[in-house]
Amino acid sequence: MSTLAANAPGAAGGGLSDVAASEATLRRFLHGLPGVDQVGLESRAATLGTRSIKTTAKALAIDLAISMIDLTTLEGADTVGKVRSLCAKGLGPDPSDRTAPRVAAICVYPDMVATAKEALRGSAVQVASVATAFPSGRAGLPVKLADTAEAVAAGADEIDMVIDRGAFLSGRYLEVFEEIRAVKAACARPDGTAAHLKVIFETGELQTYDNVRRASWLAMIAGADFIKTSTGKVAVNATPPVTLLMLEAVRDFRAATGTQVGVKPAGGIRTTKDAMKYLVMVNETLGDDWLSPHWFRFGASSLLNDLLMQRQKLSTGRYSGPDYVTVD
Amino acid sequence: MAKTKKTETEQPLRKGGLFAYAPAPESPAAAGEIATSYGHFVGGEFVDSSGSEALKTVNPATGQVLAEFAQGTEEDVDRAVKAARAAFADWSALPGSERAKYLFRIARIVQERSRELAVLESIDNGKPIRETRDVDLPLVAAHFFYYAGWADKLDFAGFGPNPRPLGVAAQVIPWNFPLLMLAWKVAPALATGNTVVLKPAETTPLTALRFAEICRQAGLPTGVLNIVTGDGRTGAALTAHPDVNKVAFTGSTPVGRAIARQLAGSRKKLSLELGGKAANIVFDDAPLDQAVEGIVDGIFFNQGHVCCAGSRLLVQESVQDELLDALKRRMGTLRVGDPLDKNTDIGAINSAAQLARITELAEAGEREGAERWAPECELPGAGYWFRPTLFTGVSQAHRIAREEVFGPVLSVLTFRTPAEAVEKANNTPYGLSAGIWTEKGSRILWMANRLRAGVVWANTFNKFDPTSPFGGYKESGYGREGGRHGLEPYLNVEALDV
Repeated sequence: MSTLAANAPGAAGGGLSDVAASEATLRRFLHGLPGVDQVGLESRAATLGTRSIKTTAKALAIDLAISMIDLTTLEGADTVGKVRSLCAKGLGPDPSDRTAPRVAAICVYPDMVATAKEALRGSAVQVASVATAFPSGRAGLPVKLADTAEAVAAGADEIDMVIDRGAFLSGRYLEVFEEIRAVKAACARPDGTAAHLKVIFETGELQTYDNVRRASWLAMIAGADFIKTSTGKVAVNATPPVTLLMLEAVRDFRAATGTQVGVKPAGGIRTTKDAMKYLVMVNETLGDDWLSPHWFRFGASSLLNDLLMQRQKLSTGRYSGPDYVTVD
Repeated sequence: MAKTKKTETEQPLRKGGLFAYAPAPESPAAAGEIATSYGHFVGGEFVDSSGSEALKTVNPATGQVLAEFAQGTEEDVDRAVKAARAAFADWSALPGSERAKYLFRIARIVQERSRELAVLESIDNGKPIRETRDVDLPLVAAHFFYYAGWADKLDFAGFGPNPRPLGVAAQVIPWNFPLLMLAWKVAPALATGNTVVLKPAETTPLTALRFAEICRQAGLPTGVLNIVTGDGRTGAALTAHPDVNKVAFTGSTPVGRAIARQLAGSRKKLSLELGGKAANIVFDDAPLDQAVEGIVDGIFFNQGHVCCAGSRLLVQESVQDELLDALKRRMGTLRVGDPLDKNTDIGAINSAAQLARITELAEAGEREGAERWAPECELPGAGYWFRPTLFTGVSQAHRIAREEVFGPVLSVLTFRTPAEAVEKANNTPYGLSAGIWTEKGSRILWMANRLRAGVVWANTFNKFDPTSPFGGYKESGYGREGGRHGLEPYLNVEALDV
């Protein structure tokens, strides 16, 4: 890992603090990042998708994937009961096999944080909350900060914020940068610790891969602990090429600054086969350092059941069916 | 078994760490039955050789003998050419749309039997199943489909009002893409109304013989396609045969030169597809992550057994360190081993002779002062293997910068300006392909106009398509295969329709 540090893009003695000195310097930096060739990126992602994961590797990957899930409910119709039962599932995903690992986090709206926190008390499962006027992000900064502070005060361990895509697409990078900084500050707790900040780009709305790379660096310089593809609320969510690109960005960022940032693809990852493809991408792009729930997450709600069914298949030799996993 | 000397020092096994993939081998049984010995395919039948000499084809991944096959004699060649001549009158008289039906049928059967052919090709050649399955076989079918489409449109191909077939085409193909090179040659020859005698390489005859079965299955009229196996002696007898009208050869430059000499003064038409030493040129504004993939594809695809391989990396000095770090990191993830494992990236070297040549050139590289680097990875004990290898500090004067290695060995050179890049890229006796990596479109066009190479890829490498002509400048040969241009070497385009 150290081999890259001296030569990575933007490496200037490890410090990128000057980059955001002005709108002009920030733009110059972001537009100076290496470009992305669409055809090449997509073909590399497709090639990685053809890796064949079987037997022991598959068993390991399934458990790893389960332990990386941010089990999510983000519906207008969410209730206390729904959130509680989701938490129960997160703690013990397979009632018929208690060796199944727990998930990484339960992801809810800010008003459900207290409920989730209560239901998960005493466990290591984190509570993640989508704040900052999720999913559109269309609110004034004071509202977003209040949203964040409320979730943190209610006990959220992790905050998933959305960036202002309007500002980003019109080139107002410094505005996006400062907003991330402000939300990061709002993640601080009175005891000096802070909630983990995941920054959501809504890559489906950023349109180009160059934009995704710029957004990744922008968020990382601003202090993101995680970068996340999407809200799961638009037509195009996480895709393998976009995720691959973000993995390359965190790799280069660590080489340049020594700071490791996590990655979370979210939305549309529903099957074990899909999850395997993402794990292969992490494995072959970043290696062991990122193959842990601490550095890689799946934002998903229906993925867990497919992983559990595949897990049952591996242990029993037979396919069960949807009635052999719980519906929450 | 242990025919090869160990080429590298023993290094510890690179396990995939936390997430080592379990082996995912394709079943060798999927290749179908491999006979213990094969004869030639002449006049629609498998026939014994008139001679008694037999050659062996081995699985380069294990060194085990797969089958014996016949060393074609002059008499065998003559019999095959006579069969092709006898079939020519009827075949060339068929309406193009009728010939197309056979070609379409062959293409469909290739698709239906693609798993069998892919596995057989991997076993015989040593290349990974991922490539035979995802690249070779889809392209083989695509070439037959593509040229089937031309068969009834030759009058409109731009070669005059009434282009006519030449007659009997003698085709000699190499071992690096045995079935794909067959498709590149057989499809346009049959589409234009010629009949064929083809000689596959002596290390990889099995898929060509299986293809003969496919032609029978497709009901191709007897004698239209004939296959004679053997080594260079058989090839020489075939190209020298007086009743051959057209010779098409893909292989090494020295052999190509010998054929050109042999045919000089005869009325035979000749096309040659020879060696290469392509420059893969990376500018400092290139999409670096994709450039790294392109470099890897360029030189490690098919173990580097590719005439258009990007074997000379020309990198702009300002990004040299960054690019080389990224490239080495990427090379560390390449999986070398069992070609039938679906997760294998780099398979076996095709033959002991080829391994010896690669080893010799790599040693010359070290001796001449270039710095050698290869990732740690365990190589299987039996069979022929070579680690993916990188040479830095290479100068234009080094042998590894000038000679075709035809193996997984990349030479890295640097440049400072576009003009210097062009000068160095062109400073080679070859001229088959080149690659340009830059985000600047105008520079791509400026470079492409100046590079003396038949194929210039921009922000990609080693991409093939039946619609795109392929061929070389200088010692890389002449004539084009693929596309509309690929029809011309099989047509008499001077004929006037009176």
